[in-house]
Amino acid sequence: MVAMPVEGDKIEFMVFRFDPSRDREARFVIYEVPYSPGMTVLDGLLHVQKVLDPTLSLRYSCRFKICGSCAVYVDGVQTLACETQVSSLGRRVRVEPLPHFGILKDLVVDIDPFLEQMESAMPYLHPDPGNEEPRVDPEEHERYRSPSSCIWCAACTSACPIAATEPFFMGPAPLAQVYRFAVDSRELEGVRPLRLVRADSSASGVWRCHQVFACAEVCPKEINPGRHIAELKRMILRQRLRGGA
Amino acid sequence: MERHEILVVGGGLAGLRAAIEAKVRGRDVAVLGIVYPFRSHSVAAQGGINAVLGNVDPTDSVERHAFDTVKGADFLADQEAVELFCRDAPARVLELDRWGCPFSRLPDGRIAQRPFGGAAFPRTCYAADQTGHAVMHTVYQQALRLGVEFHNELAALRLAMDGGGVRGVAALNVRTGELEAFAAGAVIVATGGLGRIYSRTTNSHHSMGYGMAMAYWAGAPLMDMEFVQFHPTTLYGTNILVTEGARGEGGFLLNSEGERFMERYAPDRMELAPRDIVARSIQTEILEGRGFEGEYVHLDISHLGEETIMERLPQIWDLALSFAGVDAREEPIPVQPGQHYAMGGVETDADGRTRVKGLYAAGECACVSVHGANRLGGNSLLDCVVFGARAGAAASEDVPGKASGGEDAVKAAMKEAEERIDSLHEKAGKGGYLNPYGIIGEMQGAMWDCVGVYRDGELLSRGVSRIRALREEYRSRAGVPDGPEAFNLSLVDSLMLEGMLEVALTVAEGALRRTESRGSHYRTDHPGRDDEGWLRHTLAFPSPEGPLFEDKPVGVTRWQPEERVY
Repeated sequence: MVAMPVEGDKIEFMVFRFDPSRDREARFVIYEVPYSPGMTVLDGLLHVQKVLDPTLSLRYSCRFKICGSCAVYVDGVQTLACETQVSSLGRRVRVEPLPHFGILKDLVVDIDPFLEQMESAMPYLHPDPGNEEPRVDPEEHERYRSPSSCIWCAACTSACPIAATEPFFMGPAPLAQVYRFAVDSRELEGVRPLRLVRADSSASGVWRCHQVFACAEVCPKEINPGRHIAELKRMILRQRLRGGA
Repeated sequence: MERHEILVVGGGLAGLRAAIEAKVRGRDVAVLGIVYPFRSHSVAAQGGINAVLGNVDPTDSVERHAFDTVKGADFLADQEAVELFCRDAPARVLELDRWGCPFSRLPDGRIAQRPFGGAAFPRTCYAADQTGHAVMHTVYQQALRLGVEFHNELAALRLAMDGGGVRGVAALNVRTGELEAFAAGAVIVATGGLGRIYSRTTNSHHSMGYGMAMAYWAGAPLMDMEFVQFHPTTLYGTNILVTEGARGEGGFLLNSEGERFMERYAPDRMELAPRDIVARSIQTEILEGRGFEGEYVHLDISHLGEETIMERLPQIWDLALSFAGVDAREEPIPVQPGQHYAMGGVETDADGRTRVKGLYAAGECACVSVHGANRLGGNSLLDCVVFGARAGAAASEDVPGKASGGEDAVKAAMKEAEERIDSLHEKAGKGGYLNPYGIIGEMQGAMWDCVGVYRDGELLSRGVSRIRALREEYRSRAGVPDGPEAFNLSLVDSLMLEGMLEVALTVAEGALRRTESRGSHYRTDHPGRDDEGWLRHTLAFPSPEGPLFEDKPVGVTRWQPEERVY
C-alpha cells in the first residue's frame, strides 16, 4: 500500500495523448499536479488542461457521476474520472481512453458504436394510450430500478471481454436495457415478446455473454448487467417453453 | 447549409420536450447540443417534480400549488402563468409515467409524493433521489423512439438575424473544429442555467448561460437576472447538490452548538421553508460563528434509519461517502449554500415566444416568469416539461411549412463566429495574451464574493466594476493559441466566456439597481421588500456600453402580496 498523499505533494499524471489528425503514434506525457485533499482524477486532468497544457482533450460535465461523460481507463480500470479519488491511487496516476473504442483525440473516444448498440436495444417504452394512469406494483418497480439508473457511460462495454472481440454482440448496457423494458408492465401489449426475440439472437444477444461479470465490476452505478442478462436468458427459455413468439 | 423547420439549441429536458412536441405535430425538427442529450445538466436534478396528483393527500389542489409557487416567488411571479403552469403539471407528469419514467411508487402502485420546501402538501413526485436522471432519460428515450434528429457536440455561437427575425444558427462542431451553418424557420433556445459564472455552484461545467447571451445579442431582453437561487445544502468542499428531499424525508439542519437553528428563522416550516430563507439562515449561522470551521453546518439524516436512506436517498448516501468521506447513516453531512438556479432568463410569454420573431426559449434559460424571486424545489423539472412542450407547440404553429430564405443572415452569422475565433487566435499570436481560465476564475470569485447570498450597494458596485474590467480584459487580451482542431476545449471555453461575462454583468447590475430585498435577492442595506417601488420585473437590453434597464409590471391577479412567513 502506498502512503496517502498530503497537501502540496506532486502527483504524476501520466496521460495518454493522441491527435489522429497530426500524430503518427500515441504517447504518454507526464504532468506534475499539486495534490489537495479530496482531489479526483477529473480535478487533476482539469488542472492539466487549464494550467499546464490547454491542448489536452477530455469529456466531462456534471462532476458527480450522474452525466456519464468522463469514463476513462485509470491504472488499467474503467472508471469515471470524477468519482476516482487520487488518494486511492498513490503518487502516479495513469490515464488512458476507454479501451476498445476508436480514439477521436487524447482521452475522447468515439462512443457512437456504443450508442448504436444501445439504440438497437429499443431503450424506450411504447406507451399504451389506453392506460392513462398506470399503476405499478412496488415490487415490479424494484426489478427495473437499478438498470434504469444507467448513465450510458460505456464503461461496461469497454470492460467486457466478449464485446471487445465480437463486434456484433450488443454488450452489457444495451442488454440490461432490454431487460429493464421487458419487465415494465406499462409497455404496450405485444412488444415484450419482440424484445425477447431480439435478445435471443445468436450473434448479438444474451447467449454471447459468458457471465464474466466484468461489467458489474466497473459499473459506477452498481448495476449488474450480467445478472440482468442471466434473467433475460431465463425469460427467453420460459417463452420458448410456452411456445410463444 | 443544413435546413430545418425548427431548430432546438440545447438537448436537455426542456429542449427535448420541445422537440418531441414539434415532432408529433409533424414538424421537421433537429436538436443541436454542446453535449449528448443524456449528459445534460437536467440529469443532476435530484429531489422531484411537482404536480397535484393527490396520491398522498387528496385535499391538495392546483390552486394551492399555484399559491405556494407565488408566495415562494415572493410575489414576483406572473400569476396567470403560474396557474397555467400548475394546471398543466398533472398531465405532463402522468405522460412521463406512461413513457416509462421509473417513479417511486406507493404501496397501491400510484406515483409516490414527498413533502418539499415551501409546499403545503406532499406533492413532489420522485424517483428516489435521482429524479432528473429518470425524467431526462425517459424523455430522451421517447425522442429516440420518435426519430428526433440530433447534432451532438456542437456549440451554437451566434443566432442569424435579418429583418424577418431569427433565421438560423452558426455553431462550432467541437469534434471537428469546423463551423457549421443551420437555417431554420424557428429557433428554440433551451441551453439551461448560468451556474458557472459563480465559483460555488451545483451546476455542471456546461451551465454557462451562453444561450441567454445569444438571445440577448439578438435583441430579446433578459428578465429578472438579479434573482439567483442559492441552494441551502451543497456538499462542503465540492458544492455537489444535496437534495432538498433529504429534508423532505425528515433531515435536520444543525449548527455547531447542536441546535436545530431553523426554529429561529421559520418556526412553522423549519427545514422545509423555501430555499432562499434556509440558505440565508445557514449563512447567518456561519457568519455569526455557529458553523463548523467557519464554513458549513450539518445536515443530519442518520435518524431516518438505514432502510429509508437506502431506499429514498441512496444517491445522497453515495455522494456524501464518495466526495466528503461521510457515511450519512451514521454521521451528519457537512453542507453550505451554493449557486443553484437562475430564476431570470430570456423573457418569454407562456408559450415560449420572445420579442424576436422566430426566437423561442424554454427551461432554465427562459423567464416566463413562474419562479419570480425564488423558485420552489420540484418546480424546475416541471418548468422544463410544461414550457418545453408549450414552446414546441407554439413554434410548430408559427412556422409556415417549409421555410426558405435567410441564407444571407446565416452566412453573416457564420462570418461573425469565424471572426471571433480568428481574433482569439490572433491575440495569442501576438504574445502577452491572457489564458481564458484566469479570467473565468476571477469572474467566478467576483460573483460569489460580491453578488452572493447577502448583498449590499458597496459590494455590488465592486462586483459590477470587476466584471466590467474583466470584460475589457477579455475583449482586448484573451487569446487561444492555434491548436488541435478536434475537442479544443480552451477554444470552446474562451468562446463561451464572452457569453458568461455578458450575463454576469446583467446579474450584477440588475442586483445593484434593485434597492430592496425580495426572495433570493437580499440587500443588507435595503432589508425590506418594497412593493411600491419594486413589485416589477427587471428587463435588460443589450448596448455596446452594457445592459440598459427597463421595468415591466408583474401580473397580479388572485393573490395580493402579503408578508412571507413560514
